Amino acid sequence: MAGISRTVPAWSRGAIAIGAMAVVLAACGSGKTGSGSGDAAGRLSGRGPITLAQGKDTSGNVQNQVNTWNSRHPKEQVRLIELPEDADAQRQQMVQNAQTKSDAYTVLNLDVVWTSEFAANRWITPLPKAQFDLSKFLPPTVQTATYRDQLYAAPWKTDAGLLYYRTDLLKKAGISAPPKTWDEMKTDCGKVKGVNCYAGQFDKYEGLTCNFSEAVDSAGGVVVDDQGKPDVNTPQAKQGLDFLVQGFKSGLIPKEAITYQEEPARRAFEKGNLLFLRQWPYQWALSNKPGSSKVVGKFDVAPLPGLGGPGAPTLGGHNLAISAFAKNKATALDFISFLTSENTERANLLASSEAPTLASLYGDPELRKKFPYLPVLKASLLNAKPRPKAVRYGDVTAAIQEDAYAALTGKMTSDQALADLQNKLGQLIQP
Amino acid sequence: MTTTTAEPETGSVRRGSGRDVQGSGRLAGLLLSPTLLVLALVVGYPIIKALHDSLYQRSQGLDAQGFVVQGDRFVGLKNYLDIFSGDSSSMFWNAFWNTTFFTVTTVVIETVLGVTMALVMHQAFRGRGLVRASILVPWAIPTVVSGLLWRWIFQADGVANALIGTQVLWTTEGFHAKVAVIIADTWKTAPFVGLLVLAGLQTIPRDVYEAARVDGAGAQQQFWRITLPMVKPVLLIAVLFRLLDVLRMFDLPYVLIGERKQSVETLTMLALDEANNLRYGPAAAYATILFVYVALVAYAFVKLLGTDVIGQMRQQGKATSKRKKNTAPVRQEVTA
Repeated sequence: MAGISRTVPAWSRGAIAIGAMAVVLAACGSGKTGSGSGDAAGRLSGRGPITLAQGKDTSGNVQNQVNTWNSRHPKEQVRLIELPEDADAQRQQMVQNAQTKSDAYTVLNLDVVWTSEFAANRWITPLPKAQFDLSKFLPPTVQTATYRDQLYAAPWKTDAGLLYYRTDLLKKAGISAPPKTWDEMKTDCGKVKGVNCYAGQFDKYEGLTCNFSEAVDSAGGVVVDDQGKPDVNTPQAKQGLDFLVQGFKSGLIPKEAITYQEEPARRAFEKGNLLFLRQWPYQWALSNKPGSSKVVGKFDVAPLPGLGGPGAPTLGGHNLAISAFAKNKATALDFISFLTSENTERANLLASSEAPTLASLYGDPELRKKFPYLPVLKASLLNAKPRPKAVRYGDVTAAIQEDAYAALTGKMTSDQALADLQNKLGQLIQP
Repeated sequence: MTTTTAEPETGSVRRGSGRDVQGSGRLAGLLLSPTLLVLALVVGYPIIKALHDSLYQRSQGLDAQGFVVQGDRFVGLKNYLDIFSGDSSSMFWNAFWNTTFFTVTTVVIETVLGVTMALVMHQAFRGRGLVRASILVPWAIPTVVSGLLWRWIFQADGVANALIGTQVLWTTEGFHAKVAVIIADTWKTAPFVGLLVLAGLQTIPRDVYEAARVDGAGAQQQFWRITLPMVKPVLLIAVLFRLLDVLRMFDLPYVLIGERKQSVETLTMLALDEANNLRYGPAAAYATILFVYVALVAYAFVKLLGTDVIGQMRQQGKATSKRKKNTAPVRQEVTA
């Protein structure tokens, strides 16, 4: 008996032990903060071997680029550290690395929404603006790399939602151009029978934050304004949210879309069940692969529609930052410049079809031939809005998902949901 | 806590070697000390550290330059008070009831199914080895993978909906999400109960059944009067394992249904969510509460149902070894 009660908790401690370990590590780190990160911009020093920490290198091209760098810089070798494919797990490992003040990770490949948190905790080093020609980057991508007007990262890869639409069905219905507004979209759907009208990603996860923000921004509202203050309880935001809520009620958006993440939405479109789909650019190549897709050559992309004109997509993507606790920061800075140079970004687009952050590449004829959606993507990107820049982004996105989901499933009215969200964001976001 | 029947038997042995006890105890302690040290490090330290951390809070405020003010603050029992009565108390109680609900439902279903499976597997029939092996497959699949598998089955146009002929959106909030988790969990862990019970069934000597048959006992009587009592110690251990396991349920609802869905949110998911948002104090507090809850359930279970699970196993082991000399103790065991 006694033996049992003593061993039983031991099994139950697995999860706790891991959590506790993180805390232990955190505790080890606290106390002498600021010493490592005190380097002001422009004083990055030290040369030698460094590492690049990022999620799984699914295309294999990051390793290629690292190899290219290594062959040119034998004394400043870069080692690629692959973290899990899941974004939350990547963030967790980077946070733990920062809390132990470990120098294991030098260059961090950060999701655009993590910049504020990492910067505010002094986990990453400010970058010298002079080192990068920021005018060459698409302006919205640079926004995601700054915190309080200080540059903390270099935009590397970007992403924005596009409207995928069935060219064959629109043509059959005598519609010549994709819709620019939500009303046009509804009218078009009225003319095409036999398929569902519109879908996006509405399951309760990060994708819902993107889709909700897009709807609000596309109706002229904001979730968080330019000064960083939450301002979501407005008539414009309500019109945006209502587009989705009414969409579900009227059947414009099929019921099952409330379970959609990217992949189920893609499958529904590829089965031919959807006329319009809000989706990231990655689907282009997959839906054009004969075999699994029934819509090969029967679709195209357009900028997302909005309330009174083109909509404002949500910005995705990744930025490169330097860990505040790393050695050889000068090498790291050079390496980041190398990765964000035109040649490297061009090669990366060709190899992995991940959208570049440099504006010039979108006009490249050869690239345009291979990726016909580039002009549409560029137009979308220039119009794109970042998700709220918040230090406590995890809590912010949870609050957005909570209230948006409640509104979409009819648990709350749009008014209640937005009022509740405004209240929560006010507590979470400090001016 | 030894049982009363074992007391007189070991009593004489103990008296005989009484002089030796002190010295050998010290030697035993010495020999065990590396193990104890390792246990203290890997079990004791995290527990104490988690308790300690649950009394602290990490600052989340920003200074004028927008940097997070560093440092942990001692807050006493505030983390616990917040959980039980603060803004998040509804989240806690919801997760608490979910955890309890899953524990009760899945353990009951899995026990019934597991015993049935064991009885089937215990029968001699052609291909028995194959059935036993195949029944283990769900148990061998990592929970995350089976979570993804079931997510695929339960998606809007998935197999589950095709079978029942209506469209249930399983992964949305609602009671159906709970049902989905229970089905997936049962699929995965009923075989575990089944296998443990099967092992117990195989230790029941055949002659007991023969004797029962001679005495004119029917199949039902044999099950209730022989099989169940004799397999009880093993069954109790299987149920205890499942209880402790399901109280910590995390990966299945997390992968199958998703994060922060109140219908299936369990205590471990709350703890992870807090830790992910760098609130290690509240996370440690959630973990400690779960730890206490698990310990209480285990204690209550052992007290109410099993007298002493380990002791009983030992006793049964002794009884079966004695059977060679005399069948009387077995009879006692059966009627007990």
